[in-house]
Amino acid sequence: MRDDWILVRFGELTIKGRNRGRFEDLMVRQVKQALAAYPALAYRKTFGRLYVELNGEPYEEIAFRLKDVFGIASFSRVIRCGHELQEIRETALQAIRNMDPTPRTFKMTVRRAWKAYPHDSQEMNHLVGAHVLRNTPELKVDVHHPDVELKVEIQPEGTYVYASAEEGAGGFPLGMNGKAMLLLSGGIDSPVAGWMSMRKGLEIEAVHFHSYPFTSEQAKEKVVTLAQRLAYYGGTIRLHLVPFTELQTKLAQSGQEHLIITLMRRSMLRIAEKLAERRGALAIVTGDSLGQVASQTLGSMNVIGRTTDLPLLRPLVMMDKLEIIRIAERIGTYGTSILPYEDCCTLFVPKSPATNPNLRIIERVEAQFGQELDRLVEEAVQGTEMLTLTETSRSDAPAEKAKEDSWF
Amino acid sequence: MEMLYFDHCASTPVHPKVADTVYEVMKLHYANASSLHRAGTEAMKLVERARSTIADGFGAKPGEVLFTSGGTESNNLALKGIWSRLGRTARHMIVSTVEHASVYRAAKQLEESGVDVTWIPVDERGRVSVQDVASAVRDDTALVSVMHVNNETGTVQPIREIGAALSRYPHVRFHVDGVQAIGKLPLGFREWGVDLYSGSAHKFRGPKGVGFLLVREGLDLAPLLAGGSQEQGRRGGTYNVPGIVGMAQAFRLATESLAERRTRMFGLRRKLLAELARVPELVLNGFGPDEEERTAPHVVNVSYPGMRPEVLVHMLEKHGVFVSTQSACSSKSLQPSRVLSAMGLGAERASGSIRISFGDEHGERDIDALAERIRSAVGELKPLERSRG
Repeated sequence: MRDDWILVRFGELTIKGRNRGRFEDLMVRQVKQALAAYPALAYRKTFGRLYVELNGEPYEEIAFRLKDVFGIASFSRVIRCGHELQEIRETALQAIRNMDPTPRTFKMTVRRAWKAYPHDSQEMNHLVGAHVLRNTPELKVDVHHPDVELKVEIQPEGTYVYASAEEGAGGFPLGMNGKAMLLLSGGIDSPVAGWMSMRKGLEIEAVHFHSYPFTSEQAKEKVVTLAQRLAYYGGTIRLHLVPFTELQTKLAQSGQEHLIITLMRRSMLRIAEKLAERRGALAIVTGDSLGQVASQTLGSMNVIGRTTDLPLLRPLVMMDKLEIIRIAERIGTYGTSILPYEDCCTLFVPKSPATNPNLRIIERVEAQFGQELDRLVEEAVQGTEMLTLTETSRSDAPAEKAKEDSWF
Repeated sequence: MEMLYFDHCASTPVHPKVADTVYEVMKLHYANASSLHRAGTEAMKLVERARSTIADGFGAKPGEVLFTSGGTESNNLALKGIWSRLGRTARHMIVSTVEHASVYRAAKQLEESGVDVTWIPVDERGRVSVQDVASAVRDDTALVSVMHVNNETGTVQPIREIGAALSRYPHVRFHVDGVQAIGKLPLGFREWGVDLYSGSAHKFRGPKGVGFLLVREGLDLAPLLAGGSQEQGRRGGTYNVPGIVGMAQAFRLATESLAERRTRMFGLRRKLLAELARVPELVLNGFGPDEEERTAPHVVNVSYPGMRPEVLVHMLEKHGVFVSTQSACSSKSLQPSRVLSAMGLGAERASGSIRISFGDEHGERDIDALAERIRSAVGELKPLERSRG
């Protein structure tokens, strides 16, 4: 008997008690969803781990996909064989030979979980390790800093042998830690902030402000593409498209050119807060990075942030631009983010925006609008269009989409 | 009598699904794909989706696919577009003697304007030798152009081997006219060492008037048609949206389950060759059933020595069969076939050939009917043969 498995180890092992069960259930669901394209796979959950039986499905492709599932600490390709000593020895040797590049040092670890097995762990360590050493001339033992730990686990149903572990994305399974609204602009930062939030187990609903006709149809499509990329990590994502034109043009006429960005940001937070309430989200995530632009100085963050009582989560706040770009490239959003379509914040940008706006002045300007500001915020919320997106599908115009698909 | 169409190398019947698609896209997406408004951007999305479909079929990047009006434009653009961006160090190109007229005449034009051209000969079955191509390369060689499948004989050229041999010369670009290969042979691009690859929709059951040229990323190409900034400024002109979408669909239909379709087409070809072997007046040009790796599965070229080919074509038409003499593009001239002459077949065979070409929508019964009608036509012509002195 010899068959191929993937052993998936869950992350955040510190979680205890009732949450642990929930974590694992969510985790299994996420893995199954991510691997839905491989119907022959079979799953078996044990404590803190998931075994996926390949049944002939391609390991490389599945490994590639697993690396993007949040909550996985690491995973290994595992060969399961029978209990015969010679069979276990050959399988262990095969596991070392499967590795590329060939390791120089290794450590043998046998665990006899099935206590009825005749040889104990110590004996087995020696019996299997010696066989591997004898047949791999360049390999040496190093119990402290081995290149690879060769593991053999003896269970009643068979023996599991594996040599390497691939790093997973880490974090929590999606949805484990509740839901937040993500302000998604179309730039480089906000999709990264979204990805980092999702990795921490936050379910994300994206909010995008558009100012048609000042912004183009392409700018909106770009945001849909970005949200669909995030949906690759999360299965499904909702995108709220907020009509911001009227508010923006009204604010632009306030005569306070250098404060317009601050005023716009505050209104955006008000709208996002209302959407959060409607959707049952408990925080707002932004792509702010300290000092990057005028609206992201500490002074601006202070004045803007006071608009909402919800926690404002800023995963990128202490990161450098280059670090952010590196992540954007890795998660596949960078190429879309740098497409040259204007978003609503790049319009009406004053020559010298305030980097240290004064809260009292801002509040006075807003007071001059009186009821009208509330009305415009409410109208924007009412006029918001919600799309449900997956990596490859979108809820708007499904009939047309189906027709279009029939052409290709 | 129902007419039998056996001239797929000249043009194929449009796939019914493709015809529907072209009609629907034409009705719905009439906007100019370059317009900024939604109607325009929606049309553009279709163009880009079509581009990805074609790119995927070659393992190329979408940005490497350039849409044209067909094979002739693609071939001209490949040769002349490359040439007009070259500096003084490039003076030489290498072209096979059996290329389609759109490569052959474009190369002749460049030759007249001062470019040094080495014409690579072929053997008696129409194959180019990899060694001949490699040893013709000079320090000032800028371009090699060799077709994938010959349009008169169906002979397959050793493209991968030539590409591999040329990989030692990074200053040499490799163009492949693949018009007759798509849907008939496995396709490759950069991993085969190919820099430019031409295709034409109506040869694989797509609409006429649309084609593509694959251009390796980073290769500089001057437009033949100056105008708008479509296709990164390399080909002006309003996008033929219905044609482009129809081409992408036809491309997918023609390239999916290729192995199966090849088996079926080779089966038909073998059957046809067996039938023709029983007509002693006809001589096969190109590869027989024992060397199928060197021929396309959909072409049979035969000569009737002592009979003018257009007489045979017309007689076959009287018997309900459409075929071509030589290639359709050259069939109006009474000159011997340039391709068959290059194969060294002598004037009688070279000026007396007909080309029978088919698709995978044909069946065994069609081949039976075709063979029967050829036998009748030849029987009727037999008394009129000129002596074979």
